[in-house]
Amino acid sequence: MPTSLIQPEFRVKIDYDKCHKCGRCVQQCGWGVYDFNERPIPDDSKCRACHRCVTFCPAHCITIEKNTLAYRDNDNWSADARKAVWRQAETGGVLLTSMGNPKPYQRVFDHLVLDACQVTNPSIDPLREPMELRTYLGRKPDSVEVEPDGKGGFKLAEGAGLANNIKLDTPIIFSPMSYGSVSLNVHKSLAMAAERLGTLMNTGEGGLHEDLYPYQDHVIVQVASGRFGVNPDYLNRGAAMEIKIGQGAKPGIGGHLPGEKINKEVSGTRMIPQGTDAISPAPHHDIYSIEDLRQLIYSLKEASGYKPVGVKIAAVHNVAAIASGIVRAGADYVYLDGFKGGTGAAPQVIRDHIGIPIEVAIAAVDQRLRDEGIRNQASIIAAGSIRSSADLAKAIALGADVCAIGSAALMALGCHLCQSCHTGSCSWGITTQKPELTRRIDPEWGAERLVNLVHAWSHELQEILGALGVNAVESLRGSRERLRSIGLDEQMNRVLGVKPAGL
Amino acid sequence: MPYDLERYDTFDVRRYREESPFKIHGGCGLMGMCDESGALRSGEDAILAMAVQHDRGNGLGGGFAGYGIYPEFPDHFAFHMMYHDVAAKEEAEALFDQYFTVDLAEPMPTRPVKGITDAPLLWRYFLKPYENKLEQAELSAEDYVVHVVMTINSSVDGAFVASSGKNMGAFKGVGYPEEIGHFFRLEEYAGHTWVGHNRFPTNTPGWWGGAHPFTLLDWSIVHNGEISSYGINNRYLEQFGYKCALGTDTEVAAYLFDLMLRRHKLPLSLACKALASPLWDDIDRMPEDEAAVMRSLRAVYGPGMLNGPFAIVLGFNGGMVALNDRIKLRPLVAARSGDTVMVASEESAIRAVIPEPEHVWAPKAGEPVIARVKDMEWPIHGDLHLDASAISCAVTGTDQSCDTVEVNA
Repeated sequence: MPTSLIQPEFRVKIDYDKCHKCGRCVQQCGWGVYDFNERPIPDDSKCRACHRCVTFCPAHCITIEKNTLAYRDNDNWSADARKAVWRQAETGGVLLTSMGNPKPYQRVFDHLVLDACQVTNPSIDPLREPMELRTYLGRKPDSVEVEPDGKGGFKLAEGAGLANNIKLDTPIIFSPMSYGSVSLNVHKSLAMAAERLGTLMNTGEGGLHEDLYPYQDHVIVQVASGRFGVNPDYLNRGAAMEIKIGQGAKPGIGGHLPGEKINKEVSGTRMIPQGTDAISPAPHHDIYSIEDLRQLIYSLKEASGYKPVGVKIAAVHNVAAIASGIVRAGADYVYLDGFKGGTGAAPQVIRDHIGIPIEVAIAAVDQRLRDEGIRNQASIIAAGSIRSSADLAKAIALGADVCAIGSAALMALGCHLCQSCHTGSCSWGITTQKPELTRRIDPEWGAERLVNLVHAWSHELQEILGALGVNAVESLRGSRERLRSIGLDEQMNRVLGVKPAGL
Repeated sequence: MPYDLERYDTFDVRRYREESPFKIHGGCGLMGMCDESGALRSGEDAILAMAVQHDRGNGLGGGFAGYGIYPEFPDHFAFHMMYHDVAAKEEAEALFDQYFTVDLAEPMPTRPVKGITDAPLLWRYFLKPYENKLEQAELSAEDYVVHVVMTINSSVDGAFVASSGKNMGAFKGVGYPEEIGHFFRLEEYAGHTWVGHNRFPTNTPGWWGGAHPFTLLDWSIVHNGEISSYGINNRYLEQFGYKCALGTDTEVAAYLFDLMLRRHKLPLSLACKALASPLWDDIDRMPEDEAAVMRSLRAVYGPGMLNGPFAIVLGFNGGMVALNDRIKLRPLVAARSGDTVMVASEESAIRAVIPEPEHVWAPKAGEPVIARVKDMEWPIHGDLHLDASAISCAVTGTDQSCDTVEVNA
């Protein structure tokens, strides 16, 4: 019998006439595709199409092609569906995958278009005029109380005004990715970039390595169900704390970091023995209800001298009511993660079939909080496949305060979305703990690329604001009047609070 | 016919026309003038200031508001009404009878003017709330009046309240402002504060109720500009129970002033800073106490910041405020001469009334021009003396009062 019915997905082709026989491809591939016998010999079945070898081949003689095996036409049983059945018949297991949902669901962002000024109100040129992106993350008071300062002016009344908010120079932050799932060099790149950008990175659930302490004012420290690395010192180091309830790529389930990834450094940071699996339970075992969440929020606040506490949830059907409860429970921000958000490892069935799009979640939550008159009490962070500054602008117009980027940030570091993070063999040195791979990312290089990306998107957001004739991002935030939809049905328009183009 | 035909005379509109030189159409025009000594100026001055700005409008809307114009009824709420038909009038008057003592009801004095057609029925009423009803409703007189105004505007088909404040009135309609002023015989009124407007509607079709000034109680607003942040301003106000149904930017500005001045008790100067915020770079350079106030204002009232080009004049019993947007995208000129403070879109308008003002300047972006009538109660908390609770808010959010400020066309 054959060992597998599944044929390789890709074909690795080498133009041997051009090949230098230098062996760089053998050295670069993290998947062990290449053997070397006078010349590199690829094993197609191991290839993930991550392009590491292609990028580094000095002769540019490697091409990766799709294995264009013909399957008997059947729209119902796609090739992928057939392969999944074969794979599960072989293994009897849950199919694992990583990164975001690749299925061809409707991409709502791609059905929204932005407005611009013509004649009746002037557009503003961001090259010549100030164009402000500064954003404060956190709970805002209902109003500002002032009293005379005795010098003819006014000062804030005792205890009034903005407190415990985090200043962001741009409404883009990095989404939580734990040390353990990604390498320390990735964490360092993110932290250094966050500091230079005046924004935030997020530890994810794996604790804060001491190498990141110098950047702690630009770090959100996460408290997830596994409580890895959580102690009072950790909580006090962060600029804010975040309770992770769920993740867009795997709503309702926990996490599992295999023991192979728990080396000495990860073990120390996570406060668990080396080589043991790090298992995050599906729920927090001290949060079985909204009132339990409130207790944890205030426990964290008490432990940290009332730093902001956010709550991250996956966007699910009832997200608006859940978010409202979270705000009323005392959260300073709600982090909404849409169903296209990435992951370092998730069951494929969960990633591809659970949750709702972030666009819809932003719209529903923003409207609900406004209906209840509590929109000012918490910021909304939106994540789950923010692919460009256009997505960013549209998310803000729908009602998000800030967008978090994870997949895009990793792509800046070289990620090619090969969806193999869970293997721990990332050729790009991102989602691995193997020293020969992790050293592929120089944090200085990584930080520079991340800064470039966020700067580029920020500049583009400024261009968009200028075209809209406003010079501060708060004038776009929640301004759905500046959006129109194309090709969305009436119900979706209603949910989004957006008119169709032409109206 | 609402016209008072017996008082018809041959007022010469051309006089005003001649004052206006040829110009390229440039949006709306506005003016505000206030005599800080409390001395009264004829409405003719207001007409004159608007007439020279004739070409800033397109004849689809003009209007004025005057303060101190009804000295014989200083404590009555003066309702200026527009009715599309007699049925609407009867329905509204039934409501008045139910809520108020009606001390005078009469047609607005008007005269036929070429160019003014399709005028609705125009009436005015001098009303006092029934004391026992006030007590029953546990409302301040202001809340009570707002409730009635909103009821009429939202549920009496064909009736619209043009203004409802004390000792003030709005005179507005479809036409050029000098025609409207002439039509309403403004030269027969005298007020310490006047605001005027000439409209070039782009976003809403010209209709009588939609002309400026837009009013709520004593507040009147005239506005030149288009608020590019209208979408979020509107949604922000909805959170506080306001419903912007009129579809004009001006409405948003009026409610924002109402929210900040009345309900949140912000000083006028700070409310202006919230509406036309200083840049973050400038805030960062301020002394820490001031910067803390400004940071809080921006972070809290960011959704209410009026972004986009505007020049605005807010009139009220006690004075006026003129304000430009944060980067001054619309014209606003100010002048002071003796006790008179005057603002307008164009300096020519000021010089038409005061040929040689002592001091003329262009107010900076976001810097309010404030005129305050001496010895008058200043209705704005924070810039002194008045207990905020004395002017309880128009929208209290309780079931008994008006939960939703709604104005329907």
